[in-house]
Amino acid sequence: MSEETDTLQDLADQKYKYGFVSEIESDFAPKGLNEDVIRFISAKKDEPDWLLQYRLDAYRRWLTLEEPTWAKLDYPKIDFQDAYYYAAPKSDSDKPKSIDDVDPELLRVYEKLGIPLHEQEVLAGVEQRKVAVDAVFDSVSVVTTFKEELGKVGVIFCPISEALKTHPELVKQYLGTVVPASDNFYATLNAAVFSEGSFVYIPPGVRCPMELSTYFRINAAKSGQFERTLIIADKGSYVSYLEGCTAPQRDENQLHAAVVELIAMEDAEIKYSTVQNWYPGDENGKGGIYNFVTKRGDCRGDRSKISWTQVETGSAITWKYPSCVLRGDNSVGEFYSIAIANNYQQADTGTKMLHLGKNTSSRIISKGISAGKAQNTYRGLVSIHAKADGARNFTQCDSLLLGDQCGAHTVPYIQSRNPKAILEHEATTSKISDDQLFYCLSRGIPTEEAVALIVNGFCREVLQQLPMEFAVEAQKLVGISLEGSVG
Amino acid sequence: MLEIKDLHVNVFGKEILKGLSLTVPPGEVHAIMGPNGAGKSTTSYTLAGRAGYEVTGGEIDFYGEDVTALSPEERAAKGIFLAFQYPMEIPGVSTMNFLKTAMNAQAKLRNEPELDAAQFLRTVRAAAKELNISEDMLKRPLNVGFSGGEKKRNETLQMALLKPKLAILDEMDSGLDIDALKLVAEGVNKLRAPDRSFLVITHYQRLLDYIVPDVIHILAGGKIVMSGDKSLALQLEENGYDAVINKAA
Repeated sequence: MSEETDTLQDLADQKYKYGFVSEIESDFAPKGLNEDVIRFISAKKDEPDWLLQYRLDAYRRWLTLEEPTWAKLDYPKIDFQDAYYYAAPKSDSDKPKSIDDVDPELLRVYEKLGIPLHEQEVLAGVEQRKVAVDAVFDSVSVVTTFKEELGKVGVIFCPISEALKTHPELVKQYLGTVVPASDNFYATLNAAVFSEGSFVYIPPGVRCPMELSTYFRINAAKSGQFERTLIIADKGSYVSYLEGCTAPQRDENQLHAAVVELIAMEDAEIKYSTVQNWYPGDENGKGGIYNFVTKRGDCRGDRSKISWTQVETGSAITWKYPSCVLRGDNSVGEFYSIAIANNYQQADTGTKMLHLGKNTSSRIISKGISAGKAQNTYRGLVSIHAKADGARNFTQCDSLLLGDQCGAHTVPYIQSRNPKAILEHEATTSKISDDQLFYCLSRGIPTEEAVALIVNGFCREVLQQLPMEFAVEAQKLVGISLEGSVG
Repeated sequence: MLEIKDLHVNVFGKEILKGLSLTVPPGEVHAIMGPNGAGKSTTSYTLAGRAGYEVTGGEIDFYGEDVTALSPEERAAKGIFLAFQYPMEIPGVSTMNFLKTAMNAQAKLRNEPELDAAQFLRTVRAAAKELNISEDMLKRPLNVGFSGGEKKRNETLQMALLKPKLAILDEMDSGLDIDALKLVAEGVNKLRAPDRSFLVITHYQRLLDYIVPDVIHILAGGKIVMSGDKSLALQLEENGYDAVINKAA
């Protein structure tokens, strides 16, 4: 073993530039979880009775469930009573009508995060494409931009709590139809306590004129975030949606248990991209977000397509399997993933592709990067049902190791009940070689830049899937996440 | 001007270079020839500053500055360039992107302004054309799936763009057929300049037919045992290393 390999083990401080805490006065639900807390949340959101009942049913079921332990994740038992299930900036109780009414302190937070909340500012940038933003701060949405412009083409983009008032029939029709309240421990918990998230509806034949994005920020201490996102692309429509997330640097672990449901009708396409940058904990593994997320897309109509792209760089624990139910004939599911785990981060992530319809096809490209003492697992299921004639899947799982104290694991599950299905699986594990690193150094490229270059090259196929304006950001993030992983 | 003074180098605890001394004035082309295991690759890696090549004695002066303790990237920024015997493949990173990263990194280390995108493109395209390198090759991931000749031409392209004061060519001819060798040598010869010196490290005399050196040094047992003009290469070719080295001893 050469000295370069030794230096790969040296872990220095990792920089997390979104770790600041903002002094925002908040309203909390009483600490802990019980039926009163759920009633409190529902009342805060002024919800219809059916939804309160939905929450209570989920809560009662949740009490009977056990936490899943099958993932390759090691963390102390979570005390679900030691957290706040609802936190909202106090200023929000007056319900700001426009951006001008939003607490300036809150606006400063988003400014610091680089999230454009002023429509005119976005418009001022001539070269940039427009992006509509829904900004969710702890348990409430602060502001949603470009609502009016989107409304002109019939696109609904608003916080789910608002959609419950303005379009209750749509929410009721689709909520929980992809991820039922009984789905799994964390999804059931979310169904009981979810407090915000975005709602998107694209009418038939409409190509959404701009990128939609939701930006999640956990701020309050000891609080969890349980958002719920519901996106419906009606017949022949198209939407590209991006979510981003950050959290302050805190010593204790915070829980994030979200549910995302996507529904694509006939000939519709949804492209869902995530840049997940929750606080990962410090270099000794203290603090960080526990990220237990259920994301599922339903290709309900024929020839529909759902594509997940994720760049997972944050969180202490990641438990996340964005999936596609390929129900419609000729429907297509895609999963492109980059998961980076540094220091003591643990990631168990992958996808499920359930082929139900005929001639359905899916494609999985997973790039896992482990550094420090991190553990990174790809876990994926490809399931071909008996009637799915002509189903095809291609899976490629590549792992890259930096140093020799981290781990990469690939756990593919393949079930085929149709003898005619075509399934391909490729997997590789590699290290950044001393030779590659020295080659870059000898050209004048310093170590950290060389690592970022090589890792970005490794991830290229996935980065290419991101919308242009976020791809650049994601590339930088890849570099930053690995800062200090090489001596 | 490169001055290597009584250099001793250990690799994995074993002494490989045992008092190597060598001076290469600006504008000159010097060749180092030697049998297998003489310390040729160790010499090139040590000059480029590779970790694991531990200098236990002597020093490397470059234009009057002792660079022995500098990192590889600092040496690169001072104008030391190593053309690799086996250039590395970097999947997913286009040749263009790699060139840009390297050029900007060196500019930054030298406190010079970075090239803007248009300037960069013009510079690369002009240099690539000189070396018969296609636009397509610039877009492909660095060295991935390149033929032996393409890899060496790519090394030459990097040299042309990074404009080193000293270029070390480590076994430039290995893995090349005669046509590819001619093409690469032609590229190198175009880069000869009064303010640029070359250190050509090779096992065979063949390469020196195309890149004609001013001085030839014979490296054996970790030190230079003999120096002379280009006719020395022919002697070696005729009589073999043993005979020539024994005669010198």
